[in-house]
Amino acid sequence: MASPIRLKDHERDARVVRARIWVGALLVLILVSVLFARLYHLQVTQYEHHSTLSESNRVHLLSIPPSRGLIFDRNGKIIADNRASFSLTLTRERAGSDWPTLLDDVVEVLALTPSERRLFEKRVRQGRRPFEPVPFIFNLTEEQIARIAVNQYRLPGIEVQANLVRYYPFKEHFAHSVGYVGRINEQELKQLDPVNYSGTHHIGKTGIEYFYEDQLHGEVGYEEVETNARGRVMRVLKRTDPTPGADLHLYMDADLQEVAEQALGGRRGAVVAIEPSTGGILALVSQPGYDPNLFVTGISFGAYAELRDSIDRPLFNRVLRGSYPPGSTIKPIVALAGLDSGVITPQSRVFDPGFYKLPNVKHLYRNWNRTGDGWVDVNMAIYRSNDTYFYDLAHKLGIDRLADYMKAFGLGQRVSVDLSREESEGLVPSRQWKRAVRNQSWYPGETLIAGIGQGYMLSTPMQLAQATAVLANRGQWVRPRMVRTLQDQALVVDDTPPDVSIKDPQNWDRVIAGMENVLHFPRGTAYRVGSTAAYRMAGKSGTAQVVAIRQGEKYDRTKINERHRDHALFIAFAPVDAPRIAVAVMVENGESGSGVAAPVVKKIIDAWLLNAEGQVKETTGKVEYFPPPPPVEEAHAQ
Amino acid sequence: MPSNFDRNLTREDLMRRRASFLQRIHVDGQLLFLLMLIAGTGLFVLYSASGKDWGMVTRQAISFGVGILGMIVIAQFEPRFMARWVPIAYVAGLCLLGAVLLAGHDAKGAQRWINIPGVIRFQPSEFMKLIVPMMVASYMGRRALPPRLKNIVIALALVLMPFGLILIQPDLGTSLLIIVSGGFVLFMAGLQWRWIMGAVTAVVPIAIGMWFFVMREYQKQRVLTFLDPESDPLGSGWNIIQSKAAIGSGGVYGKGWLQGTQSHLDFLPESHTDFIIAVLGEEFGLVGICLLLLLYLLLVARGLVITAKAQSLFGKLMAGTITLTFFIYVFINIGMVSGLLPVVGVPLPFISYGGTSMVSLLAGFGVMMSIHTHRKWIAQG
Repeated sequence: MASPIRLKDHERDARVVRARIWVGALLVLILVSVLFARLYHLQVTQYEHHSTLSESNRVHLLSIPPSRGLIFDRNGKIIADNRASFSLTLTRERAGSDWPTLLDDVVEVLALTPSERRLFEKRVRQGRRPFEPVPFIFNLTEEQIARIAVNQYRLPGIEVQANLVRYYPFKEHFAHSVGYVGRINEQELKQLDPVNYSGTHHIGKTGIEYFYEDQLHGEVGYEEVETNARGRVMRVLKRTDPTPGADLHLYMDADLQEVAEQALGGRRGAVVAIEPSTGGILALVSQPGYDPNLFVTGISFGAYAELRDSIDRPLFNRVLRGSYPPGSTIKPIVALAGLDSGVITPQSRVFDPGFYKLPNVKHLYRNWNRTGDGWVDVNMAIYRSNDTYFYDLAHKLGIDRLADYMKAFGLGQRVSVDLSREESEGLVPSRQWKRAVRNQSWYPGETLIAGIGQGYMLSTPMQLAQATAVLANRGQWVRPRMVRTLQDQALVVDDTPPDVSIKDPQNWDRVIAGMENVLHFPRGTAYRVGSTAAYRMAGKSGTAQVVAIRQGEKYDRTKINERHRDHALFIAFAPVDAPRIAVAVMVENGESGSGVAAPVVKKIIDAWLLNAEGQVKETTGKVEYFPPPPPVEEAHAQ
Repeated sequence: MPSNFDRNLTREDLMRRRASFLQRIHVDGQLLFLLMLIAGTGLFVLYSASGKDWGMVTRQAISFGVGILGMIVIAQFEPRFMARWVPIAYVAGLCLLGAVLLAGHDAKGAQRWINIPGVIRFQPSEFMKLIVPMMVASYMGRRALPPRLKNIVIALALVLMPFGLILIQPDLGTSLLIIVSGGFVLFMAGLQWRWIMGAVTAVVPIAIGMWFFVMREYQKQRVLTFLDPESDPLGSGWNIIQSKAAIGSGGVYGKGWLQGTQSHLDFLPESHTDFIIAVLGEEFGLVGICLLLLLYLLLVARGLVITAKAQSLFGKLMAGTITLTFFIYVFINIGMVSGLLPVVGVPLPFISYGGTSMVSLLAGFGVMMSIHTHRKWIAQG
């Protein structure tokens, strides 16, 4: 069907456009009338209103910072609290243009130093909004408040302000898990929502305080106030209350935490205890710790340098960031890998003359027991921690298969839900990794070393605890987490790694039986610890080498600097048939996993499982006391 | 018989010759006069709004001068030439927008700039504000009016491509202005009322559907704040509360030049850019704003006269679109500052401080002058 040809009709075009010009002109007139009406309304009808606002030094908006959510342990003990603190503020607009001389007066009144004055000036210059009181001295003492009050007449624009400031009653006990808040620095300021943080001076820097910053902070409120020409608030016109931050309830148990710290007995080290069924972190110790309260109002440079430069590294989070060779603690996983891939059977045996030798290689790979254990099966290999057996097994498995099983248990990755931003990844070496990072090919000998958890392999205590929990759960994955409820809402985790599934589930029991024998069979490496237990537990010791020992040389503790001695490791869960707790302990330079670390583990499990009479409790860690939401408090200008 | 060569020049002849000088350089005297008047007012207000900053006033005056030069250069091209070659500029513009997305220079979180260090740094989206309507006008100019469905669809496609590219930069304000200017071309081309009505009625159910099924809670919150800034008095509402107080306290006659307390005490943010009309309102009152509106209206009236007189269809569509788009800028800016419309970053033409907007607006007026001054002699008179 041919469409009719339309000729260009210039007259018609011109008519169409002319009609639209008139419509356009009409539209313009209507819109101008709208604008005129609006301006008339503002400038004539509401003139009085706006004139008042503008004249009597107008209306100001004061932001009211929300109170930060509190943090409780599982029994309702407050771990992070808010306390009133007084700070000195300066409002530049009220002080006038010569506010720097005013600072001089303040420094003189309080008898402070010029270097402090420079700091104050810097803080005042960071003010963001007109008529905003900028705090520049914190934690005023009673005497300082009194001195300011006496001299108030010559300090216009200077005010003492009460704020709620974070306080950690447990001091160093939760510094490495709950973390701390500190003053917002310039870099953070650029990232923050300027509105919501308009009245806030602190932000979570580490740990839970950092991870849950958004939830803990809350929503800012504001007050529209009318002030007189000198800046005094005459009346409040409108007020919107801030929404306080959400309270966090942790899985942690402050009592167990204390037990764990005491069990370490002042040694440098790390402890993590996890509830395998929920992934809840019951205790997390990294010793030595530090007092997080120091950081809240700003730590002095000297005190910070002391913490930073201390040889004991108190600021270093050993649980999350300490990467150590896992040592023999990974042997149960290697054994499971061997059984599952059919490289070994429960019955197959290896003869241990005290060393292992690769064909055509001179090097002798030694068992820790130089005299050898004779014929060894998988069960015995675990409870004797027989290196020769695992050299052989690792050689048969090959590094790539070995690495796959290690990764399935959480090694070489960040495992926790809400501490993950601070976690180190650790390292599970493989052919590919060595090619990519070192540009070298993989040597068979390195597989053997990896089979007993030495060499390139690195893991954090957190990863070891999680691998133990996965063993306890017989392959089921639950990611470790700190927070149990957030404003009474349970935490939702949606990226849990896949469960470890093996062909024959009986192999779980075989490996766990080996771990049980570590503690309960007379020849087990940690029998001395396990024999006194009131319950059955499964565990594995390990030693992480700090310095390499040359071929043919003997580890002689007396010759080695104390800081270069091996780290002692122990992992365990209990009770064996229905695990309620999984623990990983690392004692820095502790030398013996079964001798030094295992007793620490047992003290923690005892504290968790046993009642006062030393019998196993029916239930553990039941939250009996669940506190009602605390009353809302607010920090704002007086 | 005396020849023309030895005639004495009368006063009338001189006037004609002067007019013809402007004619020869293709400048419309009336438009130029109004532009200079408005820009002069702008400098006057800017001096107060910037806190007596001569440097700023000088820079703004230089921008105006550069813009006027650019305008005169553009006016030299014949409208036919523009209509023929605009597709190339359009395609180049689309490529540049694509390039911005891939390798754009990040300014304030949005990718808008193309930056060749030491050579040039500009926003392709600013350039497209003029090229897109010109492209549509060039297309519609070769079709019979009113447009048929197929023409409308193609015209819409021409608008939506750059719109999408600018929207994901993201620059909502500019992308909407592109839609508006493209829409004005269709409007001038006599788009049937049933389509216009249809488009308006379609927006409502789409918006409602988005609200209930697509948008998340925080996005809804943002839209609510956008529509009612006073619900967020510490954020965008702060500007509106302060600018309303500034305008309102000006009353009928204003507080006098340099006497505005709101702007001089730093209560009014952006007082020299997007919110400059609040300074004018505070210092010169309702009378001052009305005089400025009158100048704008005269400019719009002259633009519509040029539209009516344009000879080619392309010229008519283009002149009408430039005029109406210009007016919409004025309306949105004043509406926004007076709390009538949500806050979108649209500067007040020729008054707000900023070189880019000045130059790109004057480029539009260059096109308008070209349309008016390249007419056949027989039609002029």
